[in-house]
Amino acid sequence: MTTLALIDYGSGNLHSAERALRAAAVLAGADIDIEMTGNAETVRSADRIVLPGVGHFADCAESLRACDGMTEALEEAVGQRGAPFLGICVGMQLMATRGLEDGETPGLAWIDGDVDRITPGPDLAVPHMGWNGLEIEQDHPILTGLGDEPHVYFTHSYAMRPQNSDDLAATATYGETITAAIARDNMFGTQFHPEKSQRVGLRLLANFLTWDPV
Amino acid sequence: MLKTRIIPCLDVKDGRTVKGVNFVGLRDAGDPVELAKIYDAQGADELCFLDITASHEGRGTMLDVVRRTAEQCFMPLTVGGGVRSADDLVLLLRSGADKVAINSAAVADPDVISRCAAKGGRQAVVVAIDARQTGNHWEIFTHGGRKPTGINAVEFAKEAERRGAGEILLTSMDKDGTKSGFDIPLLQAITSAVTIPVVASGGAGSAADLAPAVLEGGANAVLAASIFHFGEVGLSEARAALAAAGAPVRPFDS
Repeated sequence: MTTLALIDYGSGNLHSAERALRAAAVLAGADIDIEMTGNAETVRSADRIVLPGVGHFADCAESLRACDGMTEALEEAVGQRGAPFLGICVGMQLMATRGLEDGETPGLAWIDGDVDRITPGPDLAVPHMGWNGLEIEQDHPILTGLGDEPHVYFTHSYAMRPQNSDDLAATATYGETITAAIARDNMFGTQFHPEKSQRVGLRLLANFLTWDPV
Repeated sequence: MLKTRIIPCLDVKDGRTVKGVNFVGLRDAGDPVELAKIYDAQGADELCFLDITASHEGRGTMLDVVRRTAEQCFMPLTVGGGVRSADDLVLLLRSGADKVAINSAAVADPDVISRCAAKGGRQAVVVAIDARQTGNHWEIFTHGGRKPTGINAVEFAKEAERRGAGEILLTSMDKDGTKSGFDIPLLQAITSAVTIPVVASGGAGSAADLAPAVLEGGANAVLAASIFHFGEVGLSEARAALAAAGAPVRPFDS
């Protein structure tokens, strides 16, 4: 049995992510011990790590840094040991250099880029809320088997703008091109909510649970 | 491209669905979780539970309904009805709701919107507006449309956005229950005044009624109750009608 640490730092989608990961584990036939935890030592030694997050970039960054030793544990597990990592929504945004929501907040700086506001327009409501088509930019094990025209559920007002286009795994079109997923080495992040994206989302989570990055 | 959301709405009282439902093969038509599973299987884009419970015990039952639904349906859930405070919002979010609709409490004290947004994030806060035409403008009514407030609906929608609402759920009290179509002028007035998404509610009587709310009214989503519950309109029929009229919908293969 392998272990998955789902980081509990007060995020609103924690329980939804947990329920969906459990369903995805059944789908994947994977024997995984999923633990919701705010304990840095548990994260440091976990085989896989998921960072959820909704709401405000600065609030989430502050809450994560308030967990004693957590950012160091993440650096060690993800950056040095190479544990597969999945960031969801603001959990993905936190992988960026900095967030620009109400001032400048440093992120984990794993992916070069900023998180900035989507500009509303006459026919462009913000938040970008609802089901949008996923345009897959990178052949990636986590994005396989999602079916024709996969649609996923988004709800966000800020979007990540990676500096290096190689980090883009999937996009969506909403006025501009929106970063829908990013990938680098053993790290993956989704702006959308796989835990709320029905079959497509569960498939993606199942792919993550069996992903063996080299 | 972002797709039009189709949102079935269930009225729940003391943990049971009220208003008749008519689905073949349903073990318990009164159980909101059973209904949620059916809508999930039919490809609803989101579900809305409206809690019309008055009693304290019934409120606890609602949290259980939300929890049990969220365990089985991996789709967005909005819950409204009787939400008074940011604490109520947090309880619902923790139980598995993604968005919480605030109605009377927001009208009575718009600062509740700011407090809820600070606790749950803007994307979790839906402000529900029930409006009725009065002279040449629309006035907000609360308490299930019974109580006039003298508040201009368009001005209130702007205030809700400014205070941190992530979405507006707009119900026309003139159209609600008439099955004569959505109130397009009301939708136009609100959608042109705010930049947040607006969900159209009140008046849907057929699949053909859905598209004008989006194409003419500027709504991002359509919510309906009875046309879906009685099987008058299936979700696939609703999707087909929207698509045929030129409103993009999510492809769904059941």
